[in-house]
Amino acid sequence: MAKTIVPIGPYHPLQEEPEFFSLMVEGERVVDIDVQIGYNHRGIEKISEMKNFDQSTFAVERICGICSTSHPFAYTRAVEDIIQAEVPLRAQYIRTIIAEGERVHSHLLWLGLAGHFLGYNTVFMWAWKLREEILDVMEILSGNRNNYAMFKPGGVRRDIKAEDIPVVLKKLDSIVPTLTMIKKAVMDDPVLQARTKNVGVLTKEKAIDYCALGPTARSSGIAIDVRKDSPYEAYDKVEWDMIVLKNGDVFDKVVLRILETFESIRILRQCLKNLPGGKIDMQITDIPPGEGIGTHEAPRGESFHYVLSDGTNRPARHKIRAPTFMNMPTYKATVVGETISDAAIILAAIDPCYCCTERMAVRDTKGKMLYNGEGLVKLSQEKTEKIREKLGRC
Amino acid sequence: MTPLEILKDLTDRFKQDIVGVFEKSPKRIYIEIKKEALVRVVLHVFRELGARFNTASGVDVRDHMEMLYHFTFDKIDAVFTFRIKLDKSNLEIDSLTPYFEGANWIERETTEVLGITFKNHPDMRRLLLPEDWPEGVYPLRRDYKEWDKNAIRDRGV
Repeated sequence: MAKTIVPIGPYHPLQEEPEFFSLMVEGERVVDIDVQIGYNHRGIEKISEMKNFDQSTFAVERICGICSTSHPFAYTRAVEDIIQAEVPLRAQYIRTIIAEGERVHSHLLWLGLAGHFLGYNTVFMWAWKLREEILDVMEILSGNRNNYAMFKPGGVRRDIKAEDIPVVLKKLDSIVPTLTMIKKAVMDDPVLQARTKNVGVLTKEKAIDYCALGPTARSSGIAIDVRKDSPYEAYDKVEWDMIVLKNGDVFDKVVLRILETFESIRILRQCLKNLPGGKIDMQITDIPPGEGIGTHEAPRGESFHYVLSDGTNRPARHKIRAPTFMNMPTYKATVVGETISDAAIILAAIDPCYCCTERMAVRDTKGKMLYNGEGLVKLSQEKTEKIREKLGRC
Repeated sequence: MTPLEILKDLTDRFKQDIVGVFEKSPKRIYIEIKKEALVRVVLHVFRELGARFNTASGVDVRDHMEMLYHFTFDKIDAVFTFRIKLDKSNLEIDSLTPYFEGANWIERETTEVLGITFKNHPDMRRLLLPEDWPEGVYPLRRDYKEWDKNAIRDRGV
């Protein structure tokens, strides 16, 4: 059978990182995939070398719009690693609160979009409505719904007021019942299981070979989480569990993220209730020559920053490795062999910038357009519809 | 194994290949190794000791270049960094991609932004820079001056 190339991407106004995928298909089967990135390469590593240590915190915050805190978190830890400093206890708790709030909103955003791709627009509506609550929480705590600008080397920039804490705890309590309902709906739904179980499986061996991170690795049975393995800030002072599943398919990735959201809310509650008093900033004035490595478990996996200081007020080298950089190549292991109607959800399952899948266009060998992005999402939704009918459910 | 036991194991096993060891802290250990020893040291760490390849950082330190390979031991909470100094006249180093897939993209990126080439890399296309980017211009090098001439918005940064 003749091979057909399916181009996906690169641009969509909704996504934060454009990517271009070429899917090689034979009939319905995907036989090969090639990923091209770099459409939104802004040279932040270079920009960071031109800023001083304080300014770089805000430069790296602009890397990602969804997990905006994960990069300043890893960067400030790298700078603190150069001078071997430990930030004040209250600042540690505030950092943890911001990072976990971000994880809740990021996972809910992903859950909604995954639901949309599968034809479950109710999940999409519920998840995004729920996400508004946590964004309100972030606004109360930091003044911003996104890009919180809370971090600085040596501490945090803004304190949490005592009178805000009961309001925030009440908001968090209001999230839990709806989230429990979504969890039940996802776990018990036979249609959703038929669409996602054993689809896009990433085996443990492949995950190790590709050096996968975060939820992508944890759903394949690799128990890695920087928060547990190398506890930092308040993560060893609160009780929470690392969620590890073993199948590595799309279903496990969905379930893992829902369960992680509960754990994040658990961490948030404990941190807010036990918030210690004291200073929030240790006033770092001088960064000596040296090198530091900072890591943080972002919603998508470990983000890694290496900072080299030569004694001036600017980083001499700032290497940034975002988690998706390691997770995205795993497409090669997951998409190949699957059908084109499952491609959209498999590509979305590692939680990259999935909106690009809406720019898919399927052409036959003569260049005639068979499907565009909307068509592919529709194809995926129709498949769900068919399974629904077969199972006699509406 | 503790980080120090791993360090001892490595220094005993690769006595000839290690140039120097710098312990920044118990969690962050930097080991400088010889260029030709890269593959055997790294494969031992990745396959036998079960470390996770984190990433590689290329650094231009004015008179020479450095490649830093960061390996994380998740269970014992340590990051081992293998440092290789490269002379600017010979910026070629062995590729790790034939041995594990995780090194693929970072080697492609390092090649285009710093000009370090990786021997035996199977797929040396550009990763981040656009196709019309001029050959032989490396934006992360110290002597990079293109932004001065071409991009107006970069002036005065």
